[in-house]
Amino acid sequence: MDLRYTEEELAFREEVRAFIRDNLPREIRERMRLGYPPRKQDTITWQRILNARGWAAYSWPKEWGGPGWNSVQKMIFLEENLSAPAPEILSFNVTMLGPVLIQFGTEAQKRRFLPAAANLDEWWCQGFSEPGAGSDLASLKTRAVKEGDHYIVNGQKIWTSTAHNADWCFCLVRTNPQAAKKQEGISFLLIDMKTPGVEVRPIISIDGSHHLNEVFFTDVKVPVENLVGEENRGWSVAKFLLGNERTGIARLGKSKERVRFAKEVAREVRMNGKPLIEDRGFRTRVAQLEVDMKALEITQMRVVSAYDKAKDGRPDPLSSVLKIKGTELLQGTSELVMDVGGPQAMPAWTQELAALTNEPALLPEWSPQMAPAYLMLRAASIYGGTNEIQKNILNKAVLGL
Amino acid sequence: MDFDLTDDQRLLGESVARLLADEYAFDQRKKLLGVAPGWSEALWARYAELGLLGLPIPEEYGGFGGGAVDVMLLQQAFGRHLVLEPFLATVVLGATAIREAGDKALQEEFLPAIAAGECKLAFAHYERQSRYDITDVLTTATPRNGGWVLEGGKSVVLHGDCADKLVVSARTGGSREEAEGISLFLVEGEAEGLLRRGYALRDGTRAAELSLSGAAARLIGPKDQALPIVERVVQAGIAAMAGEVIGAMEAMQAMTLDYLKTRQQFGRPIGDNQALQHRAAEMLVAMEQGRSMAMLAAMSLSEADPAERARSISMAKVGVGQAGRFVSQNAVQLHGGIGMTDEYAVGHYFRRVMVIEHMFGDTAWHLDRLADQVQ
Ligand SMILES: Cc1cc2nc3c(=O)[nH]c(=O)nc-3n(C[C@H](O)[C@H](O)[C@H](O)COP(=O)(O)OP(=O)(O)OC[C@H]3O[C@@H](n4cnc5c(N)ncnc54)[C@H](O)[C@@H]3O)c2cc1C
Repeated sequence: MDLRYTEEELAFREEVRAFIRDNLPREIRERMRLGYPPRKQDTITWQRILNARGWAAYSWPKEWGGPGWNSVQKMIFLEENLSAPAPEILSFNVTMLGPVLIQFGTEAQKRRFLPAAANLDEWWCQGFSEPGAGSDLASLKTRAVKEGDHYIVNGQKIWTSTAHNADWCFCLVRTNPQAAKKQEGISFLLIDMKTPGVEVRPIISIDGSHHLNEVFFTDVKVPVENLVGEENRGWSVAKFLLGNERTGIARLGKSKERVRFAKEVAREVRMNGKPLIEDRGFRTRVAQLEVDMKALEITQMRVVSAYDKAKDGRPDPLSSVLKIKGTELLQGTSELVMDVGGPQAMPAWTQELAALTNEPALLPEWSPQMAPAYLMLRAASIYGGTNEIQKNILNKAVLGL
Repeated sequence: MDFDLTDDQRLLGESVARLLADEYAFDQRKKLLGVAPGWSEALWARYAELGLLGLPIPEEYGGFGGGAVDVMLLQQAFGRHLVLEPFLATVVLGATAIREAGDKALQEEFLPAIAAGECKLAFAHYERQSRYDITDVLTTATPRNGGWVLEGGKSVVLHGDCADKLVVSARTGGSREEAEGISLFLVEGEAEGLLRRGYALRDGTRAAELSLSGAAARLIGPKDQALPIVERVVQAGIAAMAGEVIGAMEAMQAMTLDYLKTRQQFGRPIGDNQALQHRAAEMLVAMEQGRSMAMLAAMSLSEADPAERARSISMAKVGVGQAGRFVSQNAVQLHGGIGMTDEYAVGHYFRRVMVIEHMFGDTAWHLDRLADQVQ
């Protein structure tokens, strides 16, 4: 046993860090450092820079434009990217669609979609959840009926992140409502968002931003060649997708970067007549988060190297530990950041403030995104399988309860 | 001990609940947000008619002579409906400052007008650099022409944008973080040399940044010795906001329970899962602990010993803050995706509780106060 990184791994980390340092546009980094979510164009710009280096499709094999890294390398890369801080690689394209097509897609599908997904020439979104099918995803109702060489799709998706940016959507649809088990009548379809009958309606979230959408399908014609895998076997594709990429699930680099930011601001704000950073209570709280992050870092390494050794490609149920603890830390560090800001983090920076740009800054530059980030990260324990569902998985798959 | 409400208190609670049920449904409230002034002037007049704006004001000044418990009950009802009007700023913070600082003449000038809904106040003490530190005052006051002028700035002044007059703290002596040398002043909302920049807080309630450059001011209360008054005002604010958090928690708890019973996943209500039943029970535990602390805050306002009073108020701020955070985070969690939307009320309660937690000292700040006193 050795918990240290090898020489090669350290050299790899240095290489990644140097590349990001030299190539991440300063303005993007600065916005991210202040906690702003990346703008659509920021995500595209950065993913294309990475793709030119052969790193955007970080988890794909070389054959399809990936770097062919092992899990430790992938983990190091993701952590460096997050802690830079740089925009995250669009997970819908790279960690979800890509591996699914590589595993289940036809040659034609791979050639048609993979390069564009890696380079973010096409933006994908994930059409799984429905109003009645959240945790119980398999009860989804969106219907696809085959008519000649098309499927006709009718139904509604909800919580579709970035659908308003998206060119394409990978969707779970019901192709056989008569199947004995509800998991057995589901198919995985690729839908062009420009097809007539696709309507995207925004959902504003509690941070005031537009990230979520409802997507309505009314008699949408989808060519049969956009079916991935076999008809009515979409559930296995979905399970593969949801369980496939566990390396990045904890998003530990993000938590680390946020703690760094909190410490920076804590040098500037005061508590009892001295900088907050000197306050014992604050330091204890940071120390606790650092303990938890260290433990998670090692747990993550254990899960990742076990995955590499097993080579059966089956997700380790322990990855639910990473999801639970990783999201708790994302939330805990976002609370830390907001609490550092305190009252200065509470004003809403709406248009009325933006309109006053000619006047001296109303509030410090570090403050505007503290509360929105905290608010939005409440969702981290909801999306990607809620933390309650993750605990159910641990109960069943590990504890045998 | 006696936890019973008087008949008058029960009646008050019922009549306010009726009014708000009619006038403050979630959609009605949403219409007020984002349209100047960000709250309802018509309802403000109704509150005055019903005597709510005079609730804690002595009868001799046209009020109802109610106590902290009455204010807590009213604030609880306001919390359940996320009321946006400047009650806290005017009737709690402003009126407390006038009562604590003012002589009879000043009280006669202001308190009846407040009770009648004819005068809105704001309390401008905290500054951009001070965060929660109550003695960290840099704004200065200089004598001029028999009066005073103020220089400096005040930050996140609750309802500071709409106040007719502002109670502003400034240094007449001493230096930053000294307890001595802080005085209180009245500044006209339209005073020359006062720049007010209003905005909404994350929960939709209004606040303002103030820049003071030579604004004319009128000294109220003792020169250099106003810190105890500032403390009183802040304590009254903490107690009132504690009531509001209780109301917000009650609303979130009720919505969550309803959702657990109606939302179906895996062919049954999600509330059939014992994991969620336990979470709901933990929310109840937290809420009841918080409620007790809100009562402590209300009762301790009349405590004569300043140290004892400050201690109880800090305990209450911690208890209510922690309960509020726990209940609101779990209310969102148990709603799943719908809890994350602006269309749904839970997120609005969540943000109100979040904003309150970061006013007048957060959990860590008050815990630190208490830690200093552990014996
Ligand atoms: C910000 C955000 C982004 C999202 N992005 C996407 C996206 O791009 N594409 C997409 O398809 N979906 C997306 N989702 C949807 C997400 O996957 C669902 O919200 C999630 O699966 C939960 O479903 P639900 O919201 O219907 O909640 P429900 O399933 O109704 O759950 C409500 C509560 O009940 C609990 N619960 C449910 N069943 C059980 C059980 N058996 N035992 C114990 N507790 C239980 C849950 O944990 C939760 O606390 C997103 C959601 C959010 C909030």
